[in-house]
Amino acid sequence: MSELKINQNGQLTSLDTVDGEIATLNLGPTHPATHGIFQNILKVDGERIISAEPTVGYIHRAFEKLAERRPYQQVTPITDRLNYCSSPINNMGWHLTVEKLIGAEIPKRVDYMRVIVMELARIADHLVCNSVIGVDTGALTGFTYVFQEREKIYDLFEEICGARLTTNVGRIGGFDRDFSPVFFQKLDKFLKEFHIIFDDFTNLLERNRIFMDRVIGAGPITGERALSYGFTGPNLRAAGVDYDVRVMNPYCSYQDFNFDVPIGKDGDTYDRFLVRQEEIRQSLRIIHQAKDNLPAGNYHGDVPSFFLPPKEEVYRSMEALIYHFKITMGETPIPAGEVYHSVEGANGELGYYLVSDGGRTPYRLHFRRPCFIYYQAYPEMIKGSVLSDAILTMSSMNVIAGELDA
Amino acid sequence: MENSTIQDITSSIESKFPNCVITTDSYGMSNIVCSRESIIDLVGHLKHDLGFGFLTDICGAHYPLSENQEFQVVYHIHNLYKNVRLRLKVNLATADLAIPTMVNLFPAANWMERETFDFYGIIFEGHPDLRRILNMEDMDYHPLRKEYALEDETRSDKKDSFFGR
Amino acid sequence: MVNIVEQPEGHEGQGFFATSMDKAIGLARANSLWPLPFATSCCGIEFMATMSANYDLARFGSERLSFTPRQCDLLMVMGTISKKLGPVLKQVYDQMAEPKWVLSVGACACTGGIFDTYSVLQGIDKIIPVDVYVPGCPPRPEQIIEGLMKIQELAKNESLRRRNSDEYQKMLESYNIETTK
Repeated sequence: MSELKINQNGQLTSLDTVDGEIATLNLGPTHPATHGIFQNILKVDGERIISAEPTVGYIHRAFEKLAERRPYQQVTPITDRLNYCSSPINNMGWHLTVEKLIGAEIPKRVDYMRVIVMELARIADHLVCNSVIGVDTGALTGFTYVFQEREKIYDLFEEICGARLTTNVGRIGGFDRDFSPVFFQKLDKFLKEFHIIFDDFTNLLERNRIFMDRVIGAGPITGERALSYGFTGPNLRAAGVDYDVRVMNPYCSYQDFNFDVPIGKDGDTYDRFLVRQEEIRQSLRIIHQAKDNLPAGNYHGDVPSFFLPPKEEVYRSMEALIYHFKITMGETPIPAGEVYHSVEGANGELGYYLVSDGGRTPYRLHFRRPCFIYYQAYPEMIKGSVLSDAILTMSSMNVIAGELDA
Repeated sequence: MENSTIQDITSSIESKFPNCVITTDSYGMSNIVCSRESIIDLVGHLKHDLGFGFLTDICGAHYPLSENQEFQVVYHIHNLYKNVRLRLKVNLATADLAIPTMVNLFPAANWMERETFDFYGIIFEGHPDLRRILNMEDMDYHPLRKEYALEDETRSDKKDSFFGR
Repeated sequence: MVNIVEQPEGHEGQGFFATSMDKAIGLARANSLWPLPFATSCCGIEFMATMSANYDLARFGSERLSFTPRQCDLLMVMGTISKKLGPVLKQVYDQMAEPKWVLSVGACACTGGIFDTYSVLQGIDKIIPVDVYVPGCPPRPEQIIEGLMKIQELAKNESLRRRNSDEYQKMLESYNIETTK
C-alpha cells in the first residue's frame, strides 16, 4: 500500500496529511455490499479512509442465554444458526464438546462420516465467500455458477438429515441413521462433476488480469498483527501463519487423512481468495480419502443415556423405554465439569466453553466465535485504502453476521 | 514430551506466583486460579517468557451461590509453539467488579472484554472504550446474570401458560 | 408461442385493446415487482439461492434488486430483526414510496422464531404492516417464490384508491407511521 497520495493541488503528499474536509460516511447497517448487518462510520478524506468505527450487534439473538434454557440435544439447532453457511461444522463441534464432557468412545465410522459432512460444509462456505468477492468486484457470473454447485451440496445434506441450510445433523454419540446408498451415489456424482464447474470459476477469476489488479493489495495485514488480534482460519493462514486446529489438536480422526494447509504471504484479499480456493481442493481430497476408507461399524457410539434407542426396542424392552423417556424429557446424566473444545470452522477456530453443574441444561455455554474476534481488526486493515477496497476487504474476510453477534 | 512441557510451565508459574492455585482436570486442561492483582503480571510472564502468544478467548461466568466470588472471568490462552492450552480464572465479588484490562498485552481482548462487560457488568480498568457491544446502548441491566430471565419481561402477547412457563 | 401473462378481459379490435385501468395497472405492477432484500441472517442465504439459477426469482419480474428503498416496490424482510435493528427497518419502510408491499420471510421475521429472547423483536408486524408471511426456518426457495406469487396476486387485484382510503390511513396510524394526507 503506497503511503503517498495526490492532493487537491496535484502535489504528492503523505497519507497522514489531511488537506480537505473530513467527511463522515455511514456505511450503514443495510448496505448491499456488507454481507450482513454491520454499520461502519467512516471518516474519509476525499476517497481515502482515515478511520472507521464499527457497530455490531444488530442481530444479537442471545444464543448463550438461550442455551442455558435448553437440554443438551436441543442446543444443536441453536449452533446451526451461528455460521449458517456451514452449519454442520457447528453441529459437529457441539456434539464433540458434549462427548468430551461425558467421556464417550466414538467408533471410527462415525468419525469418518462426520469428516465427510464437515468438509462438504467447508466447501459450501468457501464457495459463498469466493463468489461474493467476485460479485463485489463486479463479476457476477461466478456467483451464478457456484450457487448451482451449492445446490448439489444442499441435495447431499437433504439426503442425510432432511434440511438444506440449518441442518441440525447428527446426535450426541454419532448419527441417527447410517448414510444410505443413495447418498453415496449422489456423493460420487458430486465428486466427479464438481471440478468441472469449479475449474470454470477458477478460470474466470484466479488469473484474471482485471480481478488481480483489483484485489492485490486490498486490506493487507501482517502475520504478527493478525496473531495479536486473535485471527484464526483462512484469514490467518493468508497472512502467513499455519495454525489449523485440525492439525494442531486433531479431533474426529483428522490425523488419519493426508491434506495440505495452504499458506499465503501478504494477508491481502488476493491471498485470502487463493487460500480458500486451495482449501476447497484440499477438502475434496479429504472427502475422497474418507469415502474410500470408510470403516465398517456402527453409526453411533455406545451411549444409551444420550442416544435414542431404536423404536422396535422401545416397544418391547423396559430399559429402552426408560432411556427413551429420559432422553426426550432431557433428563440425561451429564457429569459436572467444564470443558473447552474447538473445531476448525470455515472461518477459524470455533470454540465451545461448556460449564455443566450436572443439571439438564448447560450452566454456562460460551461460543468462541472467530468472526467476532477478527472483525476487530477491520478498522486497521482498511486505514488508508479507498472505499471500494474496504468493501472488498470485508467480503474477503467472510464475516457472517450470525456468528459475529450470536 | 507434552507432560514434561506442562510440568515446566506449571513449575515456572508456581515459583513466580505462589498465590496461584494450579489444577489439572480430567480433560487434560490445566486451570490456574489467580487473583486480579496478579493476573496482568501472570499473563505477561506467560506471553513473554513462556511463549503463550495467542489469546483464544475471554468470557465471564456468574455463580450466584458462591459467597464473595460470584463472578468469574475466564481466559483461555494458547502456546502455538508447544501446543499447550491453559485456562486462567479470576474470581470477583459482586460488590467490587473490577479487573485490569488485557488490551495492552493482546489487542484481541478489546471486544472480548466489551462483550463480558455487556453481559455481566464486569468493569475492565484501563480499557480504551468500555461500552456495550452487542446489546442496545441504553439497556440498563446486564442480561446474562442469572437473576434475569431469557424472555423480554415487557412483552404482552405471549401467554406463558401456552409455553409451559 | 409462449404465454407470459394472462390477458385481462377487455375489448379487442384492429390495433387496439381496451380494458379497465386497474386491470392494466395491476398487470404491470404484479409482473415487475422490484424487491429490496432486507436480508439479515440465515433466510438471506436461502434468498441468495432463490435468486440464483436453480430457482430463479428473476422470471417473476424481480430481476432488478434495488438496495435503495426509494426505487423498490417490495420489502422482503428475511431473517431475525432485533430490537436494535427495529428503528432501521422502520426508517427503510418509511422511505419507500407507495404502493409498497412487505413480505416477511422466515419464522424470525414473522413472529420471532425460536428466539424468544430479550433482544429479538417478536415479529416485524409490531412495527410495520405486513402483507404476506412466509413461515419456515428457513423456508425453501419454493416457499419464498410462493410468497412472492401471493404478493403478485395482491398487487394485481388491488384497487387504485386503496392507498388513499380511510381504512388504510387508520392502519398506518396504528403503527405510528406518518401519513401525508
